[in-house]
Amino acid sequence: MKGMTIIVKTVSSWVKILIFLFGIYIIISGHLTPGGGFAGGIIIASSYVLLMLAFGREFVEENLSLPLASKLDCLGAFAFAMIALLGFVFGGTFFVNFLVEKYGQPLELLSAGTIPLSNIAIGVKVGASLFLVVLTLSMFRPDTSSGKKE
Amino acid sequence: MAEFYILLLFMIIAAIIAVETTNLLSAVICVGAIGFGGSLMFLFLRAPDIAITQIVVEVLGLIILIRATIARDLTFISGDREFFAVVVSVVIIFVVLLAGIRAFETLPDFGTPIFTKVPGAASQTYISEGLAKTGAANLVASVVLDFRAYDTLGEATVLFTSIIGATVILRRKPKKLLEDLD
Repeated sequence: MKGMTIIVKTVSSWVKILIFLFGIYIIISGHLTPGGGFAGGIIIASSYVLLMLAFGREFVEENLSLPLASKLDCLGAFAFAMIALLGFVFGGTFFVNFLVEKYGQPLELLSAGTIPLSNIAIGVKVGASLFLVVLTLSMFRPDTSSGKKE
Repeated sequence: MAEFYILLLFMIIAAIIAVETTNLLSAVICVGAIGFGGSLMFLFLRAPDIAITQIVVEVLGLIILIRATIARDLTFISGDREFFAVVVSVVIIFVVLLAGIRAFETLPDFGTPIFTKVPGAASQTYISEGLAKTGAANLVASVVLDFRAYDTLGEATVLFTSIIGATVILRRKPKKLLEDLD
């Protein structure tokens, strides 16, 4: 049987969704409460890392494969750069907050212009890339096929 | 004030253990303990944003480091230290210590931010006009993603480049070798 014991598997299968939702909450309310894209993205990545430690790498790769995580990483970086470029197109300056007066009042969930959008983009990017780091490190094995021993 | 000194003592002891132990795994865990103390310190200094990021990065970084150290089993360090290297490091530590003491004398007192001393500091503008200009209640988010978004773009680029490098270097087999075998 791959992975750890049944106790770890049961507990992590209950806890994983709570960690994931907490990460999404930290990202979405990043402009109101402490947190933001970096912290929330890492929390989302750690829910996948917990699954990987408990169930083994193959189980996680069925849910979020390496090419898909790589695409999500690129998508987040692209979205963040696009928000910056849209500020240049509509506001005249790179990274200007061109949506700030368009919707919502301060202290509401839907407010603060481009800041929540940037938070979501950074969250997707950071979560996918940190998941990729752990995945590539768990794939890494010392090359023993060439026959040279130190 | 006292909790800072207790945390500092805890972190210094953990750092000494991390340097002195010969077991690589316990050294990695001691580094994690230092980061945990640092995040508690940020929490006491009323910076919960940094505390959250610090603790989750520490936890995940600890997992990555443990994964990396267990895979390549270089647990025990052997061999003597060279005399010349020791002399050079002692001299460098002494110079950095003197420079650090000089730098600490110019800093404001612990707990008083620098913008209360400097009248035209940029952070005063952030605090007084941040909510009106960006509409974000979390001032850290308004600084990170609006006033200083270039920094964030740079950080994202650094992360992106390092992930690309890691996935290329840590591939199971070099692509060229696979093509030669076919």
